[in-house]
Amino acid sequence: MSVSARKLVGRGLTGLTGAAAFLVVAMLVVILWDVVAGGASRISWKFLTAAPTEGMTGGGIFPAIYGTAVMTLLMTVAVLPVGVVTAVYLHEYAPPRSRMAEAVRVAVTNLAGVPSIVFGLFGLGFFIQFVGRGMDRLFSQPGVLRYGQPALIWASLTLAILTLPVVIVATEEALRSVPRDLRDASLALGATKSQTLVRVVLPGALPGILTGAILAVARGAGEVAPILFTGVAYFLPDLPNSLFSQFMHLGYHVYVLATQSPDVEATRPLLYATVLVLLVLTFALNAVAIVIRTRTRRKAEGVY
Amino acid sequence: MTSPNANGATPKMETRGLTIRYGAKVAVKSVSMSLPERQVTALIGPSGCGKSTFLRALNRMNELIPGAGSDGEILLDGRSIYESHLDAVELRRRVGMVFQKSNPFPKSIFENVAYGLKVGGMTDRKAVAERVEGSLRGAALWDEVKDRMSESALALSGGQQQRLCIARALAVEPEVVLMDEPASALDPIATAKIEDLIHELKLRYTIVIVTHNMQQAARVSDQTAFFYMGDLIEIGSTEQIFTNPKEERTEDYVTGKFG
Repeated sequence: MSVSARKLVGRGLTGLTGAAAFLVVAMLVVILWDVVAGGASRISWKFLTAAPTEGMTGGGIFPAIYGTAVMTLLMTVAVLPVGVVTAVYLHEYAPPRSRMAEAVRVAVTNLAGVPSIVFGLFGLGFFIQFVGRGMDRLFSQPGVLRYGQPALIWASLTLAILTLPVVIVATEEALRSVPRDLRDASLALGATKSQTLVRVVLPGALPGILTGAILAVARGAGEVAPILFTGVAYFLPDLPNSLFSQFMHLGYHVYVLATQSPDVEATRPLLYATVLVLLVLTFALNAVAIVIRTRTRRKAEGVY
Repeated sequence: MTSPNANGATPKMETRGLTIRYGAKVAVKSVSMSLPERQVTALIGPSGCGKSTFLRALNRMNELIPGAGSDGEILLDGRSIYESHLDAVELRRRVGMVFQKSNPFPKSIFENVAYGLKVGGMTDRKAVAERVEGSLRGAALWDEVKDRMSESALALSGGQQQRLCIARALAVEPEVVLMDEPASALDPIATAKIEDLIHELKLRYTIVIVTHNMQQAARVSDQTAFFYMGDLIEIGSTEQIFTNPKEERTEDYVTGKFG
């Protein structure tokens, strides 16, 4: 190949790869620009604090924000202890090359690959039909369905299962990052294994665990499919007043506004604004996760 | 092999036919040795000779490595450390350890030294504070850190961190202190401080030190043991090992012909 041909190939590849990278950024910019341009003007204090009115062509999205927040909080409360304890077992207590631990790891990996609509069906079948109906048979009047129907708690638990792999993987990674030196130092001072875990390992892993928790929240807050059958409502005049109420949700509200409106033109600005709120929320959570991770690294390097 | 009792002092710890394996690999082969009370024993030998493994067996830290196993006896005050009166946790309070790489916890200076006391169940704040001060004085670090006890231990220099780790080990008042190349990552001035400290410490503690530095072994120890390929080749008074070794391999090593 002649010199000029080599140069041409080099330039061509540089251009091609650069264009691909540019395309990714460009798509994000276009989406953001479109959403911000269409929605920013509609965002107001009233929009964030009022309920939808006039058949979803007016008013705000407060019930959806509230429902998303409460659902995410419940999900976090459910997923963190289970995920962290599982990861502690896998990394700290399971014997090396344990078949049980391997089986759990395979299960976790597969759990992460299950389509989210399947989680929704699982939630319907397990939490509502099995657990909820079972509770009704035990605690409710005959013929009354109090627990065995879609509700905040069932949607939150379904999402907790969906986000479990995120928490387990992040926690295991965080536990792995605690240096062996520190564990040895603790044990050599006469600390037991559990004292070492509580006083040295978990504090060292905490920032990583929190990062995992936030990533789980960011994932869970935006998922719609798992909650379709398990608790979300199309429209509710009131906020949920118990764990067994249905609730509104930002992601589902976007879907409703986009497909179910009687007046598409009137709804469109509301739709843009709702999407913007959802995006800002998710980005903000991811940003917090990145800040925490950066601080962890700095702390690990001993910079204060 | 020469007599395990190099100079007739009371043995604080003893091993009899101690063999240590990692999986199928034998790291230490049937070593019998006695560690006299309130003396410094130096373990020397080329890398991979088993001296660190031997050291870590004395407070059962080698058990933490998957696949590790051992045969033979280890005695502390004449009783086996595997007897049921002593579990690994209790043993490690009596036989403390300082590691090659200083490894302070990412906590304050005070919390680092108080750690062993707190996990041991000492709750009286005043008693803890007194013991912390005493240990830092014992490790010749008190004057340098007394005004910054709540600062992060990671802000200390390398030499200070290693002395902090020594103070942390002393705080639980062990009877034996094991040191695994405690000065190998330090500059000459910090090393000299650690060596001075060892001279002080042997008035109260039985010390075993692994070192790659021949001069250091000669300076700090009373008794020296030379390991090679997992065997204890020779043990004797430090003076004898360095001036008049009985084994040719010992002579070759201490005079720098290999290793």
